[in-house]
Amino acid sequence: MTHDHRLRFKTLVMVCVMVVCANLGDLMLKRGMLQIGAVQMTSSGIWRALFSTIHNGTIWLGIFFLLGFTFSYMTAVSWADYSYVMPAGAFGYAVQTMLAVTILHESVNTQRWIGVTLIVFGVLLVGQTHPTTTKPRPVAS
Amino acid sequence: MSKLVLMLVFFICATTGGEIAMTHGMKQVGEPERIRPRALLRFIGRAVRSGWVWFALPLMAASFYSLLVLLSWAPLSVVIPASAFNYVVGTFGAKYLLKEHVCVKRWMGVVMVCIGVTLVLFTQ
Repeated sequence: MTHDHRLRFKTLVMVCVMVVCANLGDLMLKRGMLQIGAVQMTSSGIWRALFSTIHNGTIWLGIFFLLGFTFSYMTAVSWADYSYVMPAGAFGYAVQTMLAVTILHESVNTQRWIGVTLIVFGVLLVGQTHPTTTKPRPVAS
Repeated sequence: MSKLVLMLVFFICATTGGEIAMTHGMKQVGEPERIRPRALLRFIGRAVRSGWVWFALPLMAASFYSLLVLLSWAPLSVVIPASAFNYVVGTFGAKYLLKEHVCVKRWMGVVMVCIGVTLVLFTQ
């Protein structure tokens, strides 16, 4: 495998990890907040919500996945361009729609399908460019 | 109106600024030599010693909280295009601050993603 192919492959893997972690993190946070219930906007209500989130395992799982997202994002931009990684991350919206259709059997309107198609083609266009256009970086040791 | 515009500008600046600072910091840190637990731990160790990474984190947090404030102040029809517009502003930041070469194909891809995200989020 050439250096260019390896760079593309590892960036693709890291972007996939980013997308999975971001979606699972959001899902877990949403599920955790639903378990806690609506936050009352009073000082005692906010303190109660804070206490509940600290003791909620689902919230911690969400935080774990969001940390995974941050870490994979940091790793991806350490070798690839920001303008390459950032739009590729939008692929998560397309994945969300596919999951909504295939797993949740939701109906998706035409506008959303057009949006997903634009995202997929946009990501494919960005993916055809070279992942890094700045000078080579040192390897951390 | 002016309060909303100021918050939109703040949101876009915090989001793009945070991501660009993080990228700049990670370019200085360098990539991990291997995708192995020990090498990744060393990589994280170097990253947490980078000033740019610590500069980026509060900006990213500010971006998150300003989005929440915007969602409570303005309709989605205002907040969503602003959120998607970050892709375009981020690409300008990458070009002029990070000195990345953004070719026509990449610009076209970014604009398509920006419009696509707006369309998808409007239906949610």
